Amino acid sequence: MSHDPYIELRNVSFGYGERQILSNINLRVPRGQLVAIMGGSGSGKTTLLRLISGQVRPDSGEVWVDGKNVATMNTRELYAHRRKMGMLFQFGALFTDLSVADNVAFPLREHTALPEDMIRDLVTLKLSAVGLRGTQTLMPAELSGGMARRVALARAIALDPELMLYDEPFTGLDPISLGVIAHLIKRLNQALGTSAVMVTHDVQKSLEIVDYVYFVAHGEIAAEGSPETVRHSDSPWLKQFVHGDPDGPVHFAYPADTSLADDLSAGAR
Amino acid sequence: MFNTLASPFRKLGELTINAVWRLGFATRFLGAILMYSGQSLMRLQMTIREVYFAGVLSLIIIVVSGLFVGMVLGLQGYNTLSRFGSADALGALVALSLLRELGPVLAALLFASRSGSAMTAEIGLMKATEQLDAMRVMAVNPIARVVAPRFWAGVISMPVLAALFNVMGVFGGYLIGVVMIGLDAGTFWSQMQANVDLHSDVINGLIKSLVFGIAVTLIAVFEGYDATPTASGVSSATTRTVVTSALVILALDFVLTAFMF
Amino acid sequence: MKRSTIDLWVGIFVAIGIASVIFLSLKVANLTPQSNEQTYALTADFDNIGGLKVKAPVKSAGVLVGRVSNIQLDAKTYQAKVTLAINKQYQFSKDASAEILTAGILGEQYVGLTEGGDPDTLQPGDKISLTSSAMVLEQLIGKFMTNFAEKGSNDSSSGHADKTAPQQ
Repeated sequence: MSHDPYIELRNVSFGYGERQILSNINLRVPRGQLVAIMGGSGSGKTTLLRLISGQVRPDSGEVWVDGKNVATMNTRELYAHRRKMGMLFQFGALFTDLSVADNVAFPLREHTALPEDMIRDLVTLKLSAVGLRGTQTLMPAELSGGMARRVALARAIALDPELMLYDEPFTGLDPISLGVIAHLIKRLNQALGTSAVMVTHDVQKSLEIVDYVYFVAHGEIAAEGSPETVRHSDSPWLKQFVHGDPDGPVHFAYPADTSLADDLSAGAR
Repeated sequence: MFNTLASPFRKLGELTINAVWRLGFATRFLGAILMYSGQSLMRLQMTIREVYFAGVLSLIIIVVSGLFVGMVLGLQGYNTLSRFGSADALGALVALSLLRELGPVLAALLFASRSGSAMTAEIGLMKATEQLDAMRVMAVNPIARVVAPRFWAGVISMPVLAALFNVMGVFGGYLIGVVMIGLDAGTFWSQMQANVDLHSDVINGLIKSLVFGIAVTLIAVFEGYDATPTASGVSSATTRTVVTSALVILALDFVLTAFMF
Repeated sequence: MKRSTIDLWVGIFVAIGIASVIFLSLKVANLTPQSNEQTYALTADFDNIGGLKVKAPVKSAGVLVGRVSNIQLDAKTYQAKVTLAINKQYQFSKDASAEILTAGILGEQYVGLTEGGDPDTLQPGDKISLTSSAMVLEQLIGKFMTNFAEKGSNDSSSGHADKTAPQQ
């Protein structure tokens, strides 16, 4: 078997109890590339990240990361796997009881035996990589949303991971912060050669920075391709998604059992 | 018709099954805490920090409540005892009531509502804001890093707070009995000393508070860890911590009293 | 800086806890380093011990000289065998007597020792032969009622019915 793709999902299915989230997913992330997974809310994108990070196990199928199957790892192997991995959470998930510097130092203190002054230097380096040198003593509550996201990014890259996972990195940011984060993600990917998976529903910004895109809908891969092909695709579904049209194959309204007219007249009766 | 009749029973059955399920889960959780305690005891700094939040910050409420409970005991005890002409026994009454029952129980109830609820809310919020997930992804076990230090901090703090509550209560009783009412100080102390036994009263009281400490802290960290990660989920988990703790403290108190005295 | 303040406070906290336990042990429970070395055992058989309990005081002339350490029922004589732990500094003569008394009308029961005249003293493990049982209120009332019914003949003796005759 070739180790060429850094991540490969083969026929992965997953569900919570009765509810099927993902069915028969096949997905590849080549080494050193930045791949986006897009789709509407609730389409199972975040679950894909959780499968890759080993937070959940697939009901069937295989999740290969760097030549190892995450689906069959025991706890010890899983922890070793996660040490090579950095993850940026949707809202940063900074530890609210620790200062910025302690947040970034957290993985270093937990997993290395480095002396305290070296940790301090590393923290400064990582913070300046995200443009936040000088914020060391602030508490997370004192940061803006965009700054918190960047501190979280500094924390995620503290151990120089081989793989970066981004969970909705653009949610709730103003256009400037969004641009900064996108730029940082791209630069990290290029400068460090990290493979990266990004889950997002911000289509325009993502298409500017990623190498390849998967579209997930109803728990299946609906479409895939490079940003160029996606932009110029004729598929009505992709067109609607990329341009954000309210009308198209995907319905805006929740499929109610009764019609609006029925509901209104029922109220009048 | 049958359904409406049966539904309260079905509800009761569901509640019972749910309670048993949670009991089993909590027991397994305790096992996990003990298993991952090595790290938190080795890196004592983490536990010390939590002792500060759980114990030191509870000092004021414990001191003030203990003093007032002792003073009330002094007043009520004097009123009742003097009716039988045995006001001399006030010291013994105050000390025995505190050491055996009121000290451990009231300190535990106060601890549950002050520190237990805070622990639940804190862990629940960490869960809601994905901080626990972030830890897991960074290959750090949240039970070892977040739960175990808080658990041990609670177990350490509870007996200290209960002992302090007792001392303040005895002092409150002394204030009322000797300073205010004017009983003889010597009789107050000697009656107390003649009737209080180190083993059966002082030590048993401390054992009680230790058991309460384990129970309350386990409930607090469990409810936080098990909370639904939403604002309403965390708030109802916090409420559950206080309510469950209160019920468990009183039930355990009965069981322990039956065994000890 | 912030960490060391927390350390300081937690140190104070633990010190308060230790100080509280010491206070409770010494001042409230009067923990005196009293080991078994300083007492010796005497036994006494009673017909009825009433409400006497282990750890009840043993007094002589109102002074505390020891405590009840054990109470058992003798399976042969059906008497209560009470073991007393007496402080070493007090010696009693061979013909000393023990009785079960009540502090106040309804107070706690204790063992009263009365010194006799024999020059020999009781040795550890010896038995006090002169004993007097507890006053049991129900029996007392019953006796009084009987006497009351039989009034006239032995009116004067009813006043002495509060103690059953010394045994053995």
